Amino acid sequence: MDTSSMDKDLITLSNASLGVISPVKTADSLKIRQRLRRSYRQIKTENVFRRVLVLMGWVMVVLVLGILFTLVLESVPSIRALGAGYLWGKTWDPVQDVYGAYPFLLGTLLTSFLALIISIPFSIAVAIFLGEYYPEGWLPNLLKNTVELIAAVPSVIYGFWGLAVLVPIVRGWETKLGVQPVGVGILSSSLILAVMIIPYAASLGRSMIQMVPSPLKEAAYSLGATRWEVIRSVIIPYTKSGLFAGILLSLGRALGETMAVTMVIGNTSIIPKNIFSPGNTMASVIANEFTEADKPVYLSALIELGLVLFLVTVVINMIGKRVISRFTNE
Amino acid sequence: MTPSNIKYRIGKSRGFQVLTITLAFACVIPLLAILGFIIEAGITKINWHFLVNVPKPVGETGGGIANALLGTLIIILVAALIAIPIGILCGVYLSENKKSRLAYWSRLCVDILQGVPSIVVGIVAYFWLVKPLGGFSALSGSVALAIMMLPIVIRSTEETLKLLPDTLKEAAFALGMPFHRVILKVIIPCGISGILSGVMLSIARVAGETAPLLFTAFGNPYLSANLTKPMQSLPLLIFNYATSPYNDWHDLAWGASLILLVFVLMLNIFTKLITRKWKVQL
Amino acid sequence: MESTIIKSIDYNAYFGDNHVVKNVNIEIPKNHVIAVMGPSGCGKTTFLRGINRMHELIPNATAKGKILLNNEDVMEMHPIFVRLKIGMVFQRPNPFPNLSIYDNVIAGYKLNGIKLPKAEKDQIVEESLTKVALWKEVKDSLTKKGSFLSGGQQQRLCIARAVAMQPEVLLFDEPTSALDPISTSTVEELFHELKKNYTLIIVTHNMQQAARVSDRTAFFYVGELVEYDDTKRMFTNPRDIRTQNYITGRFS
Repeated sequence: MDTSSMDKDLITLSNASLGVISPVKTADSLKIRQRLRRSYRQIKTENVFRRVLVLMGWVMVVLVLGILFTLVLESVPSIRALGAGYLWGKTWDPVQDVYGAYPFLLGTLLTSFLALIISIPFSIAVAIFLGEYYPEGWLPNLLKNTVELIAAVPSVIYGFWGLAVLVPIVRGWETKLGVQPVGVGILSSSLILAVMIIPYAASLGRSMIQMVPSPLKEAAYSLGATRWEVIRSVIIPYTKSGLFAGILLSLGRALGETMAVTMVIGNTSIIPKNIFSPGNTMASVIANEFTEADKPVYLSALIELGLVLFLVTVVINMIGKRVISRFTNE
Repeated sequence: MTPSNIKYRIGKSRGFQVLTITLAFACVIPLLAILGFIIEAGITKINWHFLVNVPKPVGETGGGIANALLGTLIIILVAALIAIPIGILCGVYLSENKKSRLAYWSRLCVDILQGVPSIVVGIVAYFWLVKPLGGFSALSGSVALAIMMLPIVIRSTEETLKLLPDTLKEAAFALGMPFHRVILKVIIPCGISGILSGVMLSIARVAGETAPLLFTAFGNPYLSANLTKPMQSLPLLIFNYATSPYNDWHDLAWGASLILLVFVLMLNIFTKLITRKWKVQL
Repeated sequence: MESTIIKSIDYNAYFGDNHVVKNVNIEIPKNHVIAVMGPSGCGKTTFLRGINRMHELIPNATAKGKILLNNEDVMEMHPIFVRLKIGMVFQRPNPFPNLSIYDNVIAGYKLNGIKLPKAEKDQIVEESLTKVALWKEVKDSLTKKGSFLSGGQQQRLCIARAVAMQPEVLLFDEPTSALDPISTSTVEELFHELKKNYTLIIVTHNMQQAARVSDRTAFFYVGELVEYDDTKRMFTNPRDIRTQNYITGRFS
């Protein structure tokens, strides 16, 4: 409602509505008049409140555009100086003013996909167990809550535990296999990441599996299918887009995860040779070098990595959410 | 179809079931391992002295994490003060305007924000606050955490309010209540359990965040309550001390990890319990 | 001659392009019970919700024409003032689940931020609950939540909540359609009591109810006000063929 019609309301009210009250209840009229006067103020507040709500709607849009704008703006020096070749440059040596992001892109992809491959069997198993085998009962409930708690543990604690417990174990494997026993590296990061991302695919997969209509399952059972055959030929095909979305959301988390990876990946800017090599991801190199970046191009190059990370995670999450909403609407 | 075939199929089905159950419960092992290890490593470090003292320099034994505890509380409190009103009001806006164009874009942005890596939020907060204000500050850390809390608060508010029946709102309007009172006095109180659980989950989520604080609150070895100055927080302390080469500092970090872990897990479990109990019966 | 309290002049209501109430002209006398009946989708509820400007809360809903309350056009007034003078009771009982029975009755004051002395609040609560014949049943459990009452009691609580605001007109939107027969009869008995102080407009799809409780009946069909007359006359000697068809059950 615009202000002019508001004012009109107020005028008609002050002229007319007070007259209405007088006829019978004269004793109450004072009280009611007070009540009305209070209401004039309410109307003004109401309009302010509506505007505040719309403003809040804008806040989110402005916030996200602001993030994008800031990242792009601060990346400009690096984009100007280094061009598109930056992303494929194989050497990162700030001392010599050589900036190539390839080692970090590779590090991010390696850790994320390795983590995804390790975690998928587990998260799908949880999803099937909770969605199909045992949807109710105290034990499944406990499992569900415990798996959810995996997502609640702060990543810095995963990192610390990884450093203290996991890295020595991996170092032991490396000694046995005859590779250089450093412990920290791509494999350790992937293992930690794999644990961290299990809940995302698991909880989404569980709710998707529970949405499979039981007539479909019963049809298969009535034809003599075993439980496993029902899962493989009815449930999995029916929910595959939902499971895919869950995996995408897990991937989005793995790509952006910073602290745990930073603590166990070894932080070298050399291209990793194999999964045991130390390396760096986009997020970890930003975490490590942002406050040390002493040259404008250096800082800007790091922010450009942040921009790439932002765009990639946004795209992956958007695809995931689209798939979910299409699945749940069907 | 021979009986042996059927036996094979049933066996295969059984085998798969056992495999699924094994894998599903294997997920719990890392969590239990982490919990067990941290409790074992941390419990001996925690005492009164540990809670009320600041860290000692390298080489001196003893010292505590009072600065990080205070810092975490202050940073989270300020972040919550920023995020809760904006988040709830934005959630109200989205649930009240299901079809408007702005609501569509706003909802999309909430989705995007939810997936933004925390380190990116740290970078942005650095350019929005640290650089213009001329230095690292607790306030900039709070803003970064508030940005991460917003999507959770907004989403839970929106989802909760959507479930409230329209009749409730109509009853309130029919009594001549103005829109803001309908929302603030009827709709929000009726959805309070869902909103509150969103708020608490968002706090639990950001309490352990380190990456957004690296370039904002930065950390501070001394006790400080000044919002415009660098401030220590539990996750920052854990990160800095865990990656240091000194055993004394590792000990400090284990104690801090246990406290942070207990705090975050308690908040999660507490949220579940409280939402069940406070649910308004419709 | 009785005085007119509500008068609609060429009132039209729309949902988007859908014209649901067409050119309604009606005069409603003070302290009477008016039943509004018609088959579902005939616009009776929309018209009722137009009287206290609830219609426009629905997105895309618009209205044209005049509705005069004591010769004052409610379409020109701010909805808040209209609703303070015209109370409403809904199809399903909707007490505020977060408030006690006591607070539900004075919800109109409490939630509007109108501060009253305790004694006056007590008086309003007792009077309102007495008017809806609920006082005796709940006077010992005023602090309990409203949602603990039975459906019929909840509906009477909702009527008490509307009555507490001392409105001039009370609108009822199929007030008994969610209630069992016994609760329905208690609510219907109330109408006779309430009309001493208020004017009641009741939308119902139940012809027997219209015949039982109302002084006058309005019959709506496909958005039009087909016939409006003394209830007895309408049910015994309808003038329009559509009314006749409806009350003899030839369509529903």
